[in-house]
Amino acid sequence: MLRFLRSLGQRSIETLATLGRASIIWFYSIWGLPRRGDFKLFTKQVHFIGVMSLVIIVLSAFSIGAVLSLQFYTQLVRFDAQEAVGLGVAMVLLRELGPVVTALLFAGRAGSAVTAEIGLMKTTEQLASMEMMGVDPLHRIVAPRLWAGFVSLPLLTAIFNVVAIWGAAMVAIEWLGVDDGTFWAGMQNVVDLKEDVGKGMLKTLVFALVITWIAVFQGYDTVPTAEGISESTTRTVVYSSVAILALDFLLTLVMYGDFA
Amino acid sequence: MRMRTIEISVGAFVLAGILALVFLAVRVSGINTTAQEGSYKLIARFNDIAGLTIRSKVSLAGVTIGRVVGIGVDSEYAEAIVTMQIRNSINNLPLDTGAKILTEGLLGGRYIGIFPGGDEEVLKDGDTITETQGAIVLENLIGDFITKQGSK
Repeated sequence: MLRFLRSLGQRSIETLATLGRASIIWFYSIWGLPRRGDFKLFTKQVHFIGVMSLVIIVLSAFSIGAVLSLQFYTQLVRFDAQEAVGLGVAMVLLRELGPVVTALLFAGRAGSAVTAEIGLMKTTEQLASMEMMGVDPLHRIVAPRLWAGFVSLPLLTAIFNVVAIWGAAMVAIEWLGVDDGTFWAGMQNVVDLKEDVGKGMLKTLVFALVITWIAVFQGYDTVPTAEGISESTTRTVVYSSVAILALDFLLTLVMYGDFA
Repeated sequence: MRMRTIEISVGAFVLAGILALVFLAVRVSGINTTAQEGSYKLIARFNDIAGLTIRSKVSLAGVTIGRVVGIGVDSEYAEAIVTMQIRNSINNLPLDTGAKILTEGLLGGRYIGIFPGGDEEVLKDGDTITETQGAIVLENLIGDFITKQGSK
């Protein structure tokens, strides 16, 4: 019994300490005024995190949009309500699938890469030597990646949504023969800028914050061995995915759960 | 040179993202024009609004001319007070205009239909529509029908 209590205590203290370290790293990286040359570092990271993720985002967006369109159509055609395909696809994408799937892909593609990169830097003692040279690794390495992720994910989500809706439109209009006027009009009648587009974007911002935070911290806090890096990379993907799904439920509850 | 291509691709990426947002706003959500055009408020009291909600359509001859912006209840008279926002270009509704709560299709949402009367004076901002007819509730209708059948 005592042993159980002790291990519980140890766990709690460890968790709290990790959370504390993570917050400190995040806080110190975000704070700090931008210096000359920072923008270049930032641009490089946006290229690495955002631009390089475009291919996977566009490809999955197109297939998800097409599949959604097909599924909605086969069900709606039973009620002779094919014109609702457009609004169904748009609603699902803008509110849920767009932000969530993009965030999951982003965590797998960019989050893991960031963790591995920073983890290797730590293992090969690049971070330590930076400190020796009087360069703050938080500022030089961590901050640009945090900001780049925070900027990239919302843009990627917007692109994801557009490509997916375009894919859905293509399948519905060109292939299944839904009238294109009703497809777009049905969508525009129901979709609201603030309620659907805006809140979806708000979700993405939260996801961006969480993913970049987890990725950077896991890299920075890695055990400096080859094994350690692989463990932290895995942890980044697992933690981010779980955090995204759990947060998505909470955010949906808060934003749309107004049943009063 | 390497930095240049990176910068260009990042620029293109950011531009694509912003364009995507604009597309979402314009093409997908079709920013509604009622707000930009300016509007005025009308009030109508109904005995039953069954399922009418905020943002429901207000239509004249089948054309949407406004939205419901507020729903309240007057517990003294047991009436619903519905506030509507009507486009400014529709400024010639007569004083004896009627409002009905209708249903889109068999299972569709509720909306308010406006039926202009013949009065010379027109409704202005904040005026109340007096000629109203509440929603037809299917349950009541069926109930009435059954009682009638029973009393025969």
